[in-house]
Amino acid sequence: MPTPLIQFTDRGLYCPPGKFHIDPWKPVDKAVITHAHSDHARPGSNSYLSHTYSKPLLELRLGPGIYETIGWNEPVWINGVKLSLHPAGHVIGSSQVRLEYEGEVWVFSGDYKTENDGISGAFEPVKCDVFITESTFGLPIYNWKPQEEIFRNIQDWIMQNHSQGKTSVLMAYSLGKAQRLLPCVEATGLPIFLHGAVYNVHQALVAAGHKLPAIQRVQQDMPKDIFKGNVVIAPGSADGTPWMKRFSPYSVGVCSGWMQVRGNLRRRNADAGFALSDHADWNGLLHTIKATEAKKVFVTHGFQSAFSRYLNEIGIEAAEVKTEYGQEETAEEVEEKREEG
Amino acid sequence: MKQFAELVNILGTSTKTNDKLDALSAYFAVANDRDKVWVIALFSGRRPRRTINSTLIQQWCSELIGLPLWLFAESYHTVGDLSETIALLIPDTLTDPEATPHPLHYYIEKFQELAAAGEEEKKAFMIQSWRQLETPAEKFVFNKLLSGAFRIGVSQKVMVNALARTVQLDPSVIAHRISGNWDPAVITFDELLSETNIKADSSKPYPFYLAYALETSPEELGEPDEWQAEWKWDGIRGQLIKRNNELFVWSRGEELLTDKFPEYAIFKDILPDGIVLDGEIIPAVDGKPLPFAILQTRIGRKNVTKKQLQEAPMSFFCYDLLEYDYEDWRGVALSKRREKLEEVANQVSRPELLLSPVIEYASWQELAALRDQSRDMGSEGLMLKRRSSVYQVGRKRGDWWKWKIDPLTIDAVMIYAQKGSGRRSNLYTDYTFAVKDGDKLVSFTKAYSGLTDKEFNEVDSFVKRNSLEKFGPVRTVKPELVFEIAFEGIAASNRHKSGVALRFPRISRWRKDKKPEEINTLEELKKMLEVYGK
Repeated sequence: MPTPLIQFTDRGLYCPPGKFHIDPWKPVDKAVITHAHSDHARPGSNSYLSHTYSKPLLELRLGPGIYETIGWNEPVWINGVKLSLHPAGHVIGSSQVRLEYEGEVWVFSGDYKTENDGISGAFEPVKCDVFITESTFGLPIYNWKPQEEIFRNIQDWIMQNHSQGKTSVLMAYSLGKAQRLLPCVEATGLPIFLHGAVYNVHQALVAAGHKLPAIQRVQQDMPKDIFKGNVVIAPGSADGTPWMKRFSPYSVGVCSGWMQVRGNLRRRNADAGFALSDHADWNGLLHTIKATEAKKVFVTHGFQSAFSRYLNEIGIEAAEVKTEYGQEETAEEVEEKREEG
Repeated sequence: MKQFAELVNILGTSTKTNDKLDALSAYFAVANDRDKVWVIALFSGRRPRRTINSTLIQQWCSELIGLPLWLFAESYHTVGDLSETIALLIPDTLTDPEATPHPLHYYIEKFQELAAAGEEEKKAFMIQSWRQLETPAEKFVFNKLLSGAFRIGVSQKVMVNALARTVQLDPSVIAHRISGNWDPAVITFDELLSETNIKADSSKPYPFYLAYALETSPEELGEPDEWQAEWKWDGIRGQLIKRNNELFVWSRGEELLTDKFPEYAIFKDILPDGIVLDGEIIPAVDGKPLPFAILQTRIGRKNVTKKQLQEAPMSFFCYDLLEYDYEDWRGVALSKRREKLEEVANQVSRPELLLSPVIEYASWQELAALRDQSRDMGSEGLMLKRRSSVYQVGRKRGDWWKWKIDPLTIDAVMIYAQKGSGRRSNLYTDYTFAVKDGDKLVSFTKAYSGLTDKEFNEVDSFVKRNSLEKFGPVRTVKPELVFEIAFEGIAASNRHKSGVALRFPRISRWRKDKKPEEINTLEELKKMLEVYGK
């Protein structure tokens, strides 16, 4: 049997002929990065290759280093392996990695969503022989409503809070979800305030030339009145901390695919939950896999065991793979606490 | 149905009692009368009985959407709630755009009609309803109602208060009127809340007065002689009613238990007419109560054997008098009610009706010492009642307090974990614990509560990293985490491998300072049975 184009090693995904890793969880020589979330982009490697949009985010989170960039659909050759990036639609800069070598094509999806959110680039399925897919929401209970509809719900909720003189605090990942929410919130015409962790990402993107709506950073010395009836975007880790007190009276809305299930919403003790996800839902995963026409599918982080079993049952050869991805939440929280300080 | 689904959604997710109250009164202001009666019934524990078993519902849903049953089961384990799973699985595309959804009462009444119907008919109704109801929220409440598992995060008290706003009656009056025996399928909203209804129904119990736990020291309550102390019994709180020469026994859960306990039948002959007593339904021999485990042998049995009557003879430990000679005595001071109660009980003089004694004490210190003997008395602590107190409605602070003894505890190691449901869905929160028996571990109890959300998260991540085997939803876990388990009582049991059954077990703390080698042994557990279980 020939060596597979991608091996699953204890450092992460490895391409033997290309001699590089993809999203490694331990330091390596050359790391190809799908996107800047901290479970996929970790510090300590000698050099990084990512999409152009990811660079400022990697610099922000990993510090100075060697960052090479390419655009989507701009192939490069590494030790004879043809590598190209393709939009994954997950967050700004997020990319699928396509590898071609000796006539065989493998694609690693990274994290992806199939709906175009207007900010992360429109996802496109890439034809391949072997597809490595995430499965964060790989159960049939996860089916998202269109973004437009969720945005309307969020706007209604904000305006209802506004009419009661309450501040709306939206809980969202500081990289990705927070930027995605901005146009939604901007449409209400209310001033937008950002938590420090969200602000840092925002500034890095603005400095790199992205056009984002006008916002203000929440400052220690701001008078309390300034927030009244308006909107704050903060990472989940801020919930229940003394930092929140200044917004009182406020209402908390959590924006996450996990809010699809009532139990999660109740556990968070939030006032509202919006199932707005940056990952593909059940049908999104299935459509994508079919569209890649892959003969073999590897399923990583999420409901990999159930999802791969189902793929096999519908005639798509699949196997589950254990990775250290999918710790987005915990990893981000650590990061956010650091940025807060 | 949409209105009701919206209401349930707010009640289920709102974190503030006032928001719940607002949502309920807004609902009562606009809903139709039939629906209102059902909502009162649902929120006061009068759930319609399950008419379709859940295995069939799962099957039909899987069939309808073309999903293998195992994947349905995976989804269910993740959601932690069958009704919600189905609501999430049925896609909007199946909704029939031509269909008009019906109001709440239509669906509930239809279930009851269908109770006796054949499977095919039930199935057709289910599928038709799933397609009629537009949103997952509506499908969710529909499934909940039908599976007989309808529970909402709101107390009866909040419902009564909301109703009081709408109908301009005092909450305590409403609580009384909606108590007891009525059939939501036939009674009208006006009948239910009218005064004549109370008079017409001689079985009607009074709403129970409930105590809060005493969290301060008793000294802060004032002078000891202002307070009456009694033993707190661990039975079923009950109300004994004799009116028009008929006898009715109600539990606090407003279940009519008259026929369950034939021992009580003689009260019909020996009690004066027009009387209501408040007390504890509990088995006793020679005036001493038996452990709760003995009572359990009588709960839920329709036909009682001679042996059971002998081994678990039921008594009624009375401690309050609410009605005498058809007069409502609830507004009379406790000291006067007690006098009358003693008079009645002394006249009866039967082992089936015992007067729950008043404890004599001169100082709080003396009472605290007596409290330490609670277990020997077969009680779980003390009740403190202000002598001047009237009999209030529901749980109120100020005049009545329960002062329970500290629970028994044992250190154990977690060996199995299972995902919880509701707000703990997709999180391993239901654990089984073991004690040591030589070099083996013997499971002896489950416990579901007592940790903070943060601790649950921590244990959850431990389980995910350290599970050894998977049996359906249950994981066997590396025996490493030690917890202190608290419980109220212990009894012998041949249903459990360990030979004991615990009363109200819960986690009292996570013993991060202890290693699994340091947990208690089966022998020590059996010693506790010896001391406290007889």
